[in-house]
Amino acid sequence: MQIFHPSTNTIAKVSIYGAVFFVAGLLWTGNEIQRSSYVTGVGVARPQPVPFSHKHHVSGMGIDCRYCHTTVETAAFAGMPPTETCMSCHSQIWAESPMLEPVRASFRTDQSIQWTRVHDLPEFVYFDHSIHVNKGIGCDTCHGRVDQMPLMWNVKTLQMEWCLECHREPERFVRPREEVFNMNWRPPVDQLTLGRELVRKYQIRKLTDCSICHR
Amino acid sequence: MAKEGQSGNPAVAEVEAPVIGPGHTYASVTDKISSIVLTRKTPRAWWIGFTITFLLTMLLLYSIGNLLVRGVGLWGVNVPVGWGFDIINFVWWIGIGHAGTLISAILLLLRQEWRTSINRFAEAMTLFAVANAALYPLMHMGRPWLAYWLLPYPNTMGTWPQPRSPLVWDVFAVSTYALVSFLFWFIGLIPDLATLRDRAKNRFVKIVYGILAMGWRGSAIHWQRYETAYLLLAGLATPLVVSVHTVVSFDFSIGIIPGWHATIFPPYFVAGAIYAGFAMVLTLTIPIRSYYGLEDFITMRHVDNMGKILLATGLIVAYGYMMETFMAWYSGSKYEQYMILNRMQGPYKTLYWALIVCNVVVPQLLWSQRVRRNLIALWIISLVVGVGMWLERFIIVVVSLHRDFLPSAWGMYRPTAWDWSTYIGTLGFFLALLFLFIRFLPMISIFEMRTLVPHPAGKARH
Repeated sequence: MQIFHPSTNTIAKVSIYGAVFFVAGLLWTGNEIQRSSYVTGVGVARPQPVPFSHKHHVSGMGIDCRYCHTTVETAAFAGMPPTETCMSCHSQIWAESPMLEPVRASFRTDQSIQWTRVHDLPEFVYFDHSIHVNKGIGCDTCHGRVDQMPLMWNVKTLQMEWCLECHREPERFVRPREEVFNMNWRPPVDQLTLGRELVRKYQIRKLTDCSICHR
Repeated sequence: MAKEGQSGNPAVAEVEAPVIGPGHTYASVTDKISSIVLTRKTPRAWWIGFTITFLLTMLLLYSIGNLLVRGVGLWGVNVPVGWGFDIINFVWWIGIGHAGTLISAILLLLRQEWRTSINRFAEAMTLFAVANAALYPLMHMGRPWLAYWLLPYPNTMGTWPQPRSPLVWDVFAVSTYALVSFLFWFIGLIPDLATLRDRAKNRFVKIVYGILAMGWRGSAIHWQRYETAYLLLAGLATPLVVSVHTVVSFDFSIGIIPGWHATIFPPYFVAGAIYAGFAMVLTLTIPIRSYYGLEDFITMRHVDNMGKILLATGLIVAYGYMMETFMAWYSGSKYEQYMILNRMQGPYKTLYWALIVCNVVVPQLLWSQRVRRNLIALWIISLVVGVGMWLERFIIVVVSLHRDFLPSAWGMYRPTAWDWSTYIGTLGFFLALLFLFIRFLPMISIFEMRTLVPHPAGKARH
């Protein structure tokens, strides 16, 4: 008495052989999703209470990063400007603009503007802006060409493999200290020569101990 | 065991003869084993046993659920004893599995025919013990849902598992062991699954066993490939008998804690594993063989041989205890010496002396053939050894950790109710799986038993 149709043989072979591809496909999909901008937010502009344009303020007006992000050279947090910083200009120009109403409201009520944080590291990571800036890591190395962004987005994944890319080979990214805030600085052709020299000069070392970032 | 060659001794001649009871034919062997699965009514004792062990499995799930929600603070582990019941039971369970692999792989390669009737059962025991063992490190992690971090895969953290850590070696040792044991067990089952498929009356049962039998028709080419695959797997499994518990022992011996940092650990652990494993095989087969009337297949010779292995591995373990003590004295290190004195006279001294009684003193009874052939005595000894091997792991893990170099850092370890409920739960899970195995799969290899039936034209060997 036949229990199985002869075609079962084919089904069995295909399913065993196919399982390999199925599992491989699943792993590939997981890998792709994990690095996709859906998860990392790379290239996705975040909505903000006020559509603040770095492009306009940095490229157009020529305002230095440190005019608003005042503590970037001295503290872990680069600093978000108080509403007074905005109002130092916007009490005079665009003073009636409806787009800037949340700024004026914040100034009147003394309630901070609730910006949406774009570069958000997990709490278990210790990150300090000042050490990076002082050892010659340029703003745009991590944040990209902010001077060309009408709205803010991530250009890097902020995943650990990205951090380690530089922590393992800082000579590929380091630049002279005086060029840190220069958005137009481009690495020279012999970046590695310059980088190795700067790594020595700035005494950059031991960047891959776990406790450097996970304290 | 060297005496077996001399046939002058009547007792020895009796030992040599039967690996299968007299008067069996191919059909009677098949009938007897397959009827347990297919035709006999499920006995009341099976239902009672399965119900109890199933409830204990639920207790395990409840304990694990609580652990996941509330965290490892439920357990008695704390500084300085960070490894408690979780690691004790991990080592205990994985050790128990080793007898199955030894029986199925090494005894196969050594052409020990008497292994045939116990290998299937012992392999199942291996699988279920490994399943329980693997639970413990996962639970111990604190965040078990991140357990896949232990595997080397291209992750967004840009790191690989630390290859210098024996805990990472464990992952590979245990997962390889589980995989090879499963393949070995399943491939060994295929011809028997086909037998069940052919003998089943119910269409649904036919389909289930039919799928599992993977189209086995018993043709010559099937057998030829089967024998090759089985032998290859036996070759693969053989080093695992030694390697898995060696790696487990590295978890300890790589550390510098007195009582752990000893070169004797790998062989001492492997012997202990086989010792505990055979004790478990005896603990389980003695009642099952009587209950299902399998005395013709698991004969007194089997029981006697297992008693001998128990004695031999027990002596190796005893040698390990002796060497630990000797090396502590010989090292001249006051920490090593204190460790041994603390075992013998410290707060856990009762457990240490209980361990010596269970693992060294009681098994000496096995020198006597009368004891080895007395089922009740042997069963009790096998239970005692099981307890002794558990105590050994308790002593190694807890007593070494609770007092190390700095007296200011000393402390005590006490298991909590959750430690016990998890442990008892795994015992229940293990037995529940065995009950299911006995009910739904042939617990003795039918086709291999058939090769033991005396052939008209002389002794049959496939």
